[in-house]
Amino acid sequence: MTRHTLSVLVENKSGVLARVSALFSRRGFNIESLAVGPTENPDLSRMTIVVDAESQPLEQITKQLNKLIEIIKIVELDGGAAVQRELLLVKVRAPLAERTQVLQTAELFRARVIDVNTDTVTLEATGTPDKLQALLAVLAPLGIKEMAQSGTVALGRGPRAMSGAGTLRPVERSA
Amino acid sequence: MTTTPHEAATREAAESLTGVETTARSVAESAAEPATGITGAQSLVRSLEAVGVDVVFGIPGGAILPAYDPLFDSAVRHVLVRHEQGAGHAATGYAQATGRVGVCMATSGPGATNLVTPLADAYMDSVPVVAITGQVPSAAIGTDAFQEADIRGITMPITKHNFLVTHAAEIPQRIAEAFHLASTGRPGPVLVDIPKDVLQATTDFSWPPRLDLPGYKPTTRPHGKQVREAAAMIAAAARPVLYVGGGVLKARATEELAELAELTGAPVVTTLMARGAFPDSSPQHLGMPGMHGTVAAVTALQKSDVIVALGARFDDRVTGALDSFAPDALVVHADIDPAEIGKNRKADVPIVGDAKETIGQLVEALRAEHAAGRTPDLAAWWEQLDDWRNRYPLGYDEPEDGALSPQYVIERLGAIAGPDAIYTSGVGQHQMWAAQFIKYEKPGTWLNSGGLGTMGYAVPAAMGAKYGCPDTTVWAIDGDGCFQMTNQELATCAIEGIPIKVAVINNGNLGMVRQWQTLFYEGRYSNTKLHARNADGTPKPVRIPDFVALAEALGCVGLRCESKDDVDAVIEKAMAINDAPVVIDFTVGADAQVWPMVAAGASNDDILAARDLRPVFGEGQV
Repeated sequence: MTRHTLSVLVENKSGVLARVSALFSRRGFNIESLAVGPTENPDLSRMTIVVDAESQPLEQITKQLNKLIEIIKIVELDGGAAVQRELLLVKVRAPLAERTQVLQTAELFRARVIDVNTDTVTLEATGTPDKLQALLAVLAPLGIKEMAQSGTVALGRGPRAMSGAGTLRPVERSA
Repeated sequence: MTTTPHEAATREAAESLTGVETTARSVAESAAEPATGITGAQSLVRSLEAVGVDVVFGIPGGAILPAYDPLFDSAVRHVLVRHEQGAGHAATGYAQATGRVGVCMATSGPGATNLVTPLADAYMDSVPVVAITGQVPSAAIGTDAFQEADIRGITMPITKHNFLVTHAAEIPQRIAEAFHLASTGRPGPVLVDIPKDVLQATTDFSWPPRLDLPGYKPTTRPHGKQVREAAAMIAAAARPVLYVGGGVLKARATEELAELAELTGAPVVTTLMARGAFPDSSPQHLGMPGMHGTVAAVTALQKSDVIVALGARFDDRVTGALDSFAPDALVVHADIDPAEIGKNRKADVPIVGDAKETIGQLVEALRAEHAAGRTPDLAAWWEQLDDWRNRYPLGYDEPEDGALSPQYVIERLGAIAGPDAIYTSGVGQHQMWAAQFIKYEKPGTWLNSGGLGTMGYAVPAAMGAKYGCPDTTVWAIDGDGCFQMTNQELATCAIEGIPIKVAVINNGNLGMVRQWQTLFYEGRYSNTKLHARNADGTPKPVRIPDFVALAEALGCVGLRCESKDDVDAVIEKAMAINDAPVVIDFTVGADAQVWPMVAAGASNDDILAARDLRPVFGEGQV
């Protein structure tokens, strides 16, 4: 399987997320992560969907997504042509004796301390999925008490945007 | 005096793909007056009038009740069905026969959920239907209120789109959008759910509304380069086949298809959804492909070098085992829905577009190929095809026990009612026989549930078709299993003056399932006998139900036929009755089977022309 990041502009209406997630489930497609948020245009939301699929099923996914009436445009954002970030909040066991080690690790990964108490430290980190994975691997032996991680959000590199003049090329349109 | 269903609807046809302007123009013609201070329900009915609806099939109930008050005074006729499933299939039958959008209406909760089956049916067969449902008042949504069901959530996967209207002011726009979505691009059902308080609210009405569908831009015009590539591929083919699906009927592209067929000289196969798209009388027509297709049609696809798929979707019932389907064929796949292209079978030349435009342009491009001297010689191919066709024609054996043959009944019905009649069917053996043994010559004369396989489709669909084409004879060919699912709509037909004719092919069994039990389950007939029976399973000499008595109870004329000698006379008697619905109980043998057959999951190479008869294809010749 290969990971693909789809950036999907949708109408900002109730039920759109249900349509998208239901489509994935009934067609047997796997969602690795999904992030929904507002865009520069209040009428539109952006869904960033990471899927695990070979290229032919991926084509079927985008075509089926394009058939949803409330989907405006789909762009595939991959590899070097896009910047991708996730947000991680992680609560690490940090008794006094081990606290320095936790804080040094945080610094190494440019993570910020956002909550401290006598037993734990909560860190905030952003980065690519790989970087966050690496951070978690280092923190794991220290004892991760709890974590929350967002889906990937992504934008294409360069001056072009998904809407407006000089737009990014969409994947095939649909009826 | 008989008019074909499509003639009746030709007026709308030309405009069917022009989208927004169409709505605006047809509305302007209907001169919808603006209104202020009216109810949401009045706005709904005015919107239906403005969009050109002439009939709604439905049943009132609490949540939709406000809409039924202005409907009482409207020019839009309402046909009061006996079950919402009947309303949905009637809307589908109406749409299939006329090409116009069919409309059904139901209340919230169970009324709406009863529409689920017909909506799923219309979705699978790409039929333009608009369903309007009442919903519990906005404030009650989400509280498990009386007769509440999340019908928008429920129908998301089985509609092209659906709406929950939240403000009365939106009603005209949502109705216009629903009709636009249902009838353009790849057609399909659209549901509009309206809470009761929205129907009761005070609002203003103006028409035409602005359509706000920024994500909906169906591609109707095919790519010229793809069309030329397809034409070159067809011109170079030695063993081409035109594989015609329901999309050709939806796009009203049968004239263009006839031209393409003539120009290419290629064999044509029409799928279950496309029967009538190309005349059965044409020598170029090999019949229906698929699980119960003709040996010639199935094998032509299997041995072809170029398949030209037009508005077809390589359904599993057509391809059999996909990995061995037409192994040597290059595929030109033209469809208005890009998601169909490459979904099941890789397309060598994909063409996204409306079938009418695509085939029209293909004809032009092929003329250019021919003008450049590239005309294929298909003589060897036709020699081969004719050999298959002559050796393995469609046929059937008379039952050995002297019982009435269901195939004979259906064949005679087709011969007597003729190619101008509309035929609907349920699902099962009778459906396959009706697809095989009736000769279709015209588009819109064969309506059935192809994709979903909905038993019970025939009677309500015939009702809708007859309403849309009152001057055309409409026959529902039904099985006794199917008939018992929806025959209550005969009461509707009798009361509303919709004189359909029903041929119940009554073998006392769920015949197709029985056939599979005979072939694949050692004749263990688990739960397929519908007749009253003794402890040893033999039929009791009592009819439950007695379909003649049932027909009469429902206000129809009931007739019965049990022997071959009476078949013509009883059909002619039914043909002569035009002031009431007629039901004929054709009591037929239980063990007639549908042949040819490709077993489920088997390769099309393993088609059996009849039980234990495996055709010899002469591999060396092609």
